[in-house]
Amino acid sequence: MKKLLKLTTVMLTVLLSLGAVTQASADKLKVGFIYIGPPGDHGWTYAHDQGRLMIDNMLGDHVETTFVEGVPEGPDADRAIAKLAETGHKLIFTTSFGYMEPTLKVAKRFPDVKFEHATGYKQADNVSTYSARFYEGRYVQGQIAAKISKSGVIGYIASFPIPEVVRGINAFMLGAQSINPDMKVKVVWVYSWFDPPKEADAAKVLMDQGADIITQHTDSTAALQAAAERGIYAFGQASDMIQFAQDTQLTAILDNWGPYYVKRTVDVLMGTWSSGDTWDGMGPGMVGMAPFTNMPSDIAMMARETAESIRTGAFHPFTGPINNQAGEEVVAAGETADDGMLAGMNFYVKGVDDKLPQ
Amino acid sequence: MTELIIASMMTMMTAATPLMFAATGELICERSGVLNLGVEGMMLIGAVFGFATAAVTGNASLGLLAAGASGILASLIFAFLTLTMLSNQVATGLALTIFGTGLSALVGFDYVGETIDRIAAIHLPVLSDLPVVGPLLFGHDPLVYLSFILLIGVALFLNRSRWGMILKAVGDSDVSAHAIGYPVVLIRYAAVAFGGLMAGLGGGYLSLVYTPLWAENMTAGRGWIALALVVFASWRPERVLFGAILFGGITILQLNAQAAGLGIPAAFMSMLPYIATIVVLVLISRDVVRIRLNAPACLGRPFRAER
Amino acid sequence: MLRLEPRSTQSFAAAWLSPVMALVLTAITGGVIFLAMGKDPSTALYIYFIEPLTTTSGLSEVAVKAGPLILIGVGLSFGFRAGVWNIGAEGQYIAGAIVGGGLAVYFYESESTLLLPAMLVFGMLGGMAWAAVPALLKTRFNANEILVSLMLVYVAELLLVHLVQGPWRNPQGWGFPGTRMFPDVAIMPLLFSGKRAHLGTLITLAVPFIAWFILAQTRFGFTVRVFGSAPLAARHAGVHGHRIIWHSLLIGGGLAGLAGVIEATSTIGQLMPNISPGYGFTAIIVAFLGRLHPVGVLLAGIAIAVTYIGGEGAQISAGLPKAVTGLFQGIILFYLLAFDLFTRYKIILPSRRTAAQ
Repeated sequence: MKKLLKLTTVMLTVLLSLGAVTQASADKLKVGFIYIGPPGDHGWTYAHDQGRLMIDNMLGDHVETTFVEGVPEGPDADRAIAKLAETGHKLIFTTSFGYMEPTLKVAKRFPDVKFEHATGYKQADNVSTYSARFYEGRYVQGQIAAKISKSGVIGYIASFPIPEVVRGINAFMLGAQSINPDMKVKVVWVYSWFDPPKEADAAKVLMDQGADIITQHTDSTAALQAAAERGIYAFGQASDMIQFAQDTQLTAILDNWGPYYVKRTVDVLMGTWSSGDTWDGMGPGMVGMAPFTNMPSDIAMMARETAESIRTGAFHPFTGPINNQAGEEVVAAGETADDGMLAGMNFYVKGVDDKLPQ
Repeated sequence: MTELIIASMMTMMTAATPLMFAATGELICERSGVLNLGVEGMMLIGAVFGFATAAVTGNASLGLLAAGASGILASLIFAFLTLTMLSNQVATGLALTIFGTGLSALVGFDYVGETIDRIAAIHLPVLSDLPVVGPLLFGHDPLVYLSFILLIGVALFLNRSRWGMILKAVGDSDVSAHAIGYPVVLIRYAAVAFGGLMAGLGGGYLSLVYTPLWAENMTAGRGWIALALVVFASWRPERVLFGAILFGGITILQLNAQAAGLGIPAAFMSMLPYIATIVVLVLISRDVVRIRLNAPACLGRPFRAER
Repeated sequence: MLRLEPRSTQSFAAAWLSPVMALVLTAITGGVIFLAMGKDPSTALYIYFIEPLTTTSGLSEVAVKAGPLILIGVGLSFGFRAGVWNIGAEGQYIAGAIVGGGLAVYFYESESTLLLPAMLVFGMLGGMAWAAVPALLKTRFNANEILVSLMLVYVAELLLVHLVQGPWRNPQGWGFPGTRMFPDVAIMPLLFSGKRAHLGTLITLAVPFIAWFILAQTRFGFTVRVFGSAPLAARHAGVHGHRIIWHSLLIGGGLAGLAGVIEATSTIGQLMPNISPGYGFTAIIVAFLGRLHPVGVLLAGIAIAVTYIGGEGAQISAGLPKAVTGLFQGIILFYLLAFDLFTRYKIILPSRRTAAQ
């Protein structure tokens, strides 16, 4: 909350100083967004759209936002991004990994337009990248799950075997093991970000196999609802999904893109935008946690403490000793995994009950 | 272990239910000699209107009615084009699927992220609590039972009733059925509408019970699999049940195998339901005699009454 | 009552008028829909159907988008004429991209100018191989080609996903799915700088005319036409059904595969999990809208491409949801199929004299 206040004061000063600028040029800054899904998915795209609305709310007098939804990664992405650039958008956020190459290609053709690519790893003079350390939240979830689970088996619905997802599984596992070294995580890959019936199927199968907590790295609310039907606890994803499962959601990882989006927009307005790579976590508030619900207060207390120590930087979820599935030490005791290892993570930590597809 | 097996069987049943609905409807439609490839589109339309109605009225049963009704309406577009305007059935069916995908996305736009109260599983005192058979026989949601009842009804209708005989006659030889004096086009309209009703219900099952939410394209190919099931069943209703459970079963089993950590690449496991469909199609279809025996002879052919 | 009477030959005028009428009526229906959504219909229709054609970059984009639709549509129209319903072109497109693109994955350091032509050939072969499965199962086991070809779409998609995050994954890609970027010699040269139209676009534009020639001038084209319009007569004339099935599927698969590898080598430049925004399915509409005639398919491909690009424009400048585009495509098809009646039948109006008879 304090952060938000601080941000608001910063914004207000900026707005005041901007007053003159806007008077001079009646044209508003046009900011464009490319979405992979529908803004109403209540997952990934929804979270980005909330960020867009924050720009509207805070900078609405100076900025106009536009989005193109459901742009498939592949041949069409280039055109949709270019179309935004052609129609006078000076700052464009492309919000899915598969837009990486198209974003770079279009950026070359429109050197005076600024681009922001989510979750990618290639930058250019006018292309920044940004991503969030969601794994920090997953570690907290792992701890909660281990405390609450009676069967000792967690069901994990995974989308695609990319580092982001693998990192999440590992962080979850490490969190769970910190409470109970014998915790088991069962993983099902559904090969989709958004396929509600399939996500529900996966949740049911995992529960059939004895999982008594469900967590997901897919975007719909279906898994949460499937868990609710059987009276099993689960975690929400990307946004607070509590209204879909009042008695089920323990907490959810919140993708909080708004502050970053507002900041970058202000940078462009002020002419201070420069290319960079941002990978923020709980500290700057890009990753948040929904209220800890449906759990005893001592567990909620523990979760809050863990989250707080991650937020302040006192604790890193990937602190050694960490062994991989083969039992080889990958992070020595007392060390923490560096960002290079985290960014390209393609191994499971010891204890994950799955073979990483690759 | 028994618990896992019972739980898996329960999950398979619910996975099979939308397929049962859609395939039973399409079976009647095809038996009358009309091939409607628009099942996927009708399911999506049923799913979205069912969900929207439930969200607005707060009544999921009303939503189910709307799902069926909208399925009928969608199928009547198809019926008008193919039966009155004599258009190509394959092309029109594909058009219906494309139309249904677009329409449902447009209508559903405002309902993405809404919640409804799902139609809950029934719970009969004593019966549902019996070990093993309790949950298996008495622990499902009402629509699972409805799909069974409708399937049995269709089987009785086709094999035992006079109108069932007439329907099959229309599908096997429209010209002679017409000569005897049966209203061929009218009967086909009715059969197509029944197909629409069932596809709509199948879609409604997805958005009202299976995953009580609306998402674009949420049928994810189930309409096509229902079409395959009709061929698989060689146009015999009792075999639809077997096919639907088999297909639902493979879908669930491949996820089970993944969760059990068997170590087969997940992408290949995910291919299984589709490959199994192909294999079964081949096994059924290679028996040309059996196909000829049951396939409606006029399937897909337009009929125009010579005055 | 109105009465229908079959025409002895298809009406040429009606055949060409019906797609035009379908487009006009779709525009009118679209106007009504926009009105219902509270948008100004004339502005919205302008954005949808006209604006993409008013700038050079718009035209270039229309050509790029229409390319794969036309290639696949032409291929499918051969089969549809002969009553062979290959609706799995999407899978054949992916197979073409996999087999053709695989060459660039293995020869990623190549500087040979032969690489690109070889990829195109391999892409075609890949598409043909994928289409050969339904052909084989249909001719050998009588399995329905609609369902087999469709099921293979899902299999192809999963195969691609497996390859790009498994054996073919870019070793410098931080573990993300996707192959290396193709070497420069495996990328289609651009036609104009700053525009996306490329050499493959030219190939696409040439193919319909080659297909037209084959259909009109060769014995093979003749058998396809005869088989489609009068299968029984064709059998009597010695046309072998199995051969038609094989040819239809191989042509459809080959062109879909070619489209796949062209996209991979031009607009994408690598293999990644998603390489098609549903081209294989949309091409079915294109084939019908083009009256299953190669030149018609060319025009239809352009028309549908315009609605896609207009649809994006409408999202940006009018805030219209993406779903409207799909709805339009379904409605176009409905109108077209309804108008089909007039190409094959004459409507006889009841006159007093006939009534008196």
